[in-house]
Amino acid sequence: MNWTRKDLIAIQDLQPEEIVHILDTALTFEEVGQRDVKKVPALRGKTMVNLFIEPSTRTRTSFELAAHRLSADVVNIMATASSITKGETLKDTALNLQALHADIIVIRHSSAGAAKFLADRLDVSVINAGDGAHEHPTQALLDAFTIRQKKGRIAGLNVTILGDILYSRVARSNIHLLTKLGARVTLAGPSTLVPRVFEQLGCRVCYNVEEAIADADVINLLRIQHERQRQTMFPSIGEYATIFGLTKERFARTKPDALIMHPGPINRGVEIDSDLADCKRSVILQQVSHGLAVRMAVLYLCASVQPVEEAA
Amino acid sequence: MDAVAMDRALTRMAHEIVERSEDIGKIALVGIQGGGVRLAQRLAAKLQEITGKAVPCGMLDITMHRDDLSLRKKPPVARQTNIQFDVTGKHIIFVDDVLYTGRSTRAAMSEITDFGRPARIQLAVLVDRGHRELPIRADFVGKNIPTSKEQKVRVLAEEVIVE
Amino acid sequence: MNNLTIRNGRVIDPANKVDTVRDVYVRDGKIAAEPAPDAIVVDAAGLVVTPGLIDLHVHLREPGRSDKETIETGTRCAAFGGFTSVVCMPNTSPAADNTGTIAFIKQRAEAVGCVNVLPAGAITKGIEGAELAPIGSLKRAGIVAITDDGRCVQSNEIMRRALEYAKMFELPLMDHCQDNNLVSDGVMHEGYWSHLLGMKGWPSIGEEIIVARNIMLAEQVDWHVHCQHLSSAGSVRLVREAKKRGVKISAEACPHHFTLTDESCKGYDANFKMSPPLREPRDVEAILEGLADGTIEVICSDHAPHCAFEKEVEFDKAPFGILGLETELALSLMALVHKKLLTLPQLVEKFTTGPARLLRLDKGTLSVGADADITVMDPAREWVYDVNQTASKSRNTPFHGWSLKGKAVTTIVGGRVVWPVKR
Repeated sequence: MNWTRKDLIAIQDLQPEEIVHILDTALTFEEVGQRDVKKVPALRGKTMVNLFIEPSTRTRTSFELAAHRLSADVVNIMATASSITKGETLKDTALNLQALHADIIVIRHSSAGAAKFLADRLDVSVINAGDGAHEHPTQALLDAFTIRQKKGRIAGLNVTILGDILYSRVARSNIHLLTKLGARVTLAGPSTLVPRVFEQLGCRVCYNVEEAIADADVINLLRIQHERQRQTMFPSIGEYATIFGLTKERFARTKPDALIMHPGPINRGVEIDSDLADCKRSVILQQVSHGLAVRMAVLYLCASVQPVEEAA
Repeated sequence: MDAVAMDRALTRMAHEIVERSEDIGKIALVGIQGGGVRLAQRLAAKLQEITGKAVPCGMLDITMHRDDLSLRKKPPVARQTNIQFDVTGKHIIFVDDVLYTGRSTRAAMSEITDFGRPARIQLAVLVDRGHRELPIRADFVGKNIPTSKEQKVRVLAEEVIVE
Repeated sequence: MNNLTIRNGRVIDPANKVDTVRDVYVRDGKIAAEPAPDAIVVDAAGLVVTPGLIDLHVHLREPGRSDKETIETGTRCAAFGGFTSVVCMPNTSPAADNTGTIAFIKQRAEAVGCVNVLPAGAITKGIEGAELAPIGSLKRAGIVAITDDGRCVQSNEIMRRALEYAKMFELPLMDHCQDNNLVSDGVMHEGYWSHLLGMKGWPSIGEEIIVARNIMLAEQVDWHVHCQHLSSAGSVRLVREAKKRGVKISAEACPHHFTLTDESCKGYDANFKMSPPLREPRDVEAILEGLADGTIEVICSDHAPHCAFEKEVEFDKAPFGILGLETELALSLMALVHKKLLTLPQLVEKFTTGPARLLRLDKGTLSVGADADITVMDPAREWVYDVNQTASKSRNTPFHGWSLKGKAVTTIVGGRVVWPVKR
């Protein structure tokens, strides 16, 4: 298929074929990551800007490394260090970056819609690295890549997403991707954090953890999104861990080949029992290395969609 | 070129490779995606028939090393790279279906050095159609087919078509 | 001299139960029984002539934010839209909680305003919701109502005392119904779309709970509470039931709440962000029903200008509010009269006798001796709204480019034609 998007803003925008194409392209880059020289010149001379208005070390580093491996130049802009704190609007920040001839802007922002805001106003490629509670497309893509590597497919699998769904962009992107590729999605957690509305997207909503994971092939655990939540949503971390955490006892009753996934960073002892995070069926660290290949694929595909200059 | 002619050309090329090599044990074939892969496998089989020894055979996708990526409207689709042997010290023979501008070969040379340091690199192609844009030449050629730039050369499983 | 003869229009004057083709005469700025000999003739053949329309919910932004709008530019928007009187909200800077600010507004309106400006005073000092403003003095200074609009008095005790006090001065109390705890940092209607888009929700109950408290206070104190810009079906239902019982409760609705839904927010365009927010199709239907059956007696705009750079930001960071004066009449005609939910005279009531009755104004009528505030409109005129031609200093509208049907063609205040302006 022909990839024609210069931006990656939301999984919701993508056709299933486009999602599969990204995953297939990521295979190439996974192989590159296994060579001695882990670099290809595909984006040589291009400049990628990591515009991280909301802080993140893992995602930013992953994108940075992905860009380096494609031979692109990287500029990191973190909110506290930049003119954003001096009151410059997002629009002006972006126009300034475009004036510097950046080719790709990877944006993480605390406001839903921020990536689209940029993409609507800029000619360069815009990659959404997380906009508020809306979407985090590359996370869902690397989650899907991991599932496909381990299970051989996505269609027909039972995937349970457990935790704070309401404030989670990872949840939303995963819900869209998994339903588009034919998985059966169950959402579980406290009723204040898992609104029934998501049934309209084709998910099963469940407030009992045991029931939610009984038939799961994949259990994707989410962090409690402190920074996005209202204080009032549920009593305490301790209560969450007891009633909704993935304990060894609960995990023992799942399918023998069920996988444990987590976007990180994990809160050991809260959403997951500490030992489980390191067990054989946890693919959490593999998600990280897959993230690199997937982000290389996304950067390669989007940055390669440019208008062709007409020869004089 | 029909199937019979193709097979004869490959057989002749295999013999040439054996004749001109100093140490058969160092030879490794690398098929260039897409059309070179199948040909490399056929060539490897013929070399094995002639020498009685298995010759390592890998495949290389050169998409990421193309020199025209920033000029294209859409990203070309990448295919598989799989080289299971150590490249360093080997006598690598690139296998491709058609030699035209020479740019694919340049990309392949650029990429293979990321895997190690070959002792020697040579190029085997089924068809040389002329119109080189870089100082590249093939060491082993199945057939020279002069063409004009408007023509297309397609190498299929059992035949070569010029249109 | 302000002498006019408006000839041959279909005159709709609900206060006098008039709906007929005839002339309207103006002498010395008042409606007259007979024409003045030197009167300027306005040809209204094929057009509709009504008492000047009243918008009782408008933000003129002066004093304090004249970068967004001024009394001069805001009243020009009103004139364009066919409105001859506007009630301006007190969330200015300083707030309209003191006689000085009221005097300033009235003086500016006199000097540069082209329509009547009727100030609303604050309920509480600084509209902070903690201490009553000097309501009696504000009444003497010329306010027509009290409201903390922009904000909502959260303390039921303060609201009760304000109502009791306002009763003494026969001032209606208008309320922007919003429970701050339930609404918190919500930016759009809490529902399917807010959940899909990942935005914090502004739930319907945040409005309904305050509507309910207002009903109970109005019943207890036996004085008038007017619920501003109803947005939810639940609110309409509460008001309807309370009115049946004879409670002194009233309500208004804004065109955006009966023409747009929360789905419009899916592009993250802050021109669709206002408070209360756009809600679901069933809420839109309930508001239309409420307008049709008289539960909602008034239509107004909540004209809320914001500078372009303030609105062109991330959705959750943008201020709430949109322009409304220039599109209000057309949208109301399209949604209600053209769709046959209301007759034209019934719609005219929402802009004339409705507001006049609520605020005890000597306006909204073409009786002989009344101020010659007159709107001449063409309910069938087709036009396209181009916000770049607006009289406002701001541009924040979701209706730019819309094909509209219905327009004011002449706006007359005190016998003077204020729109169109002769160049």
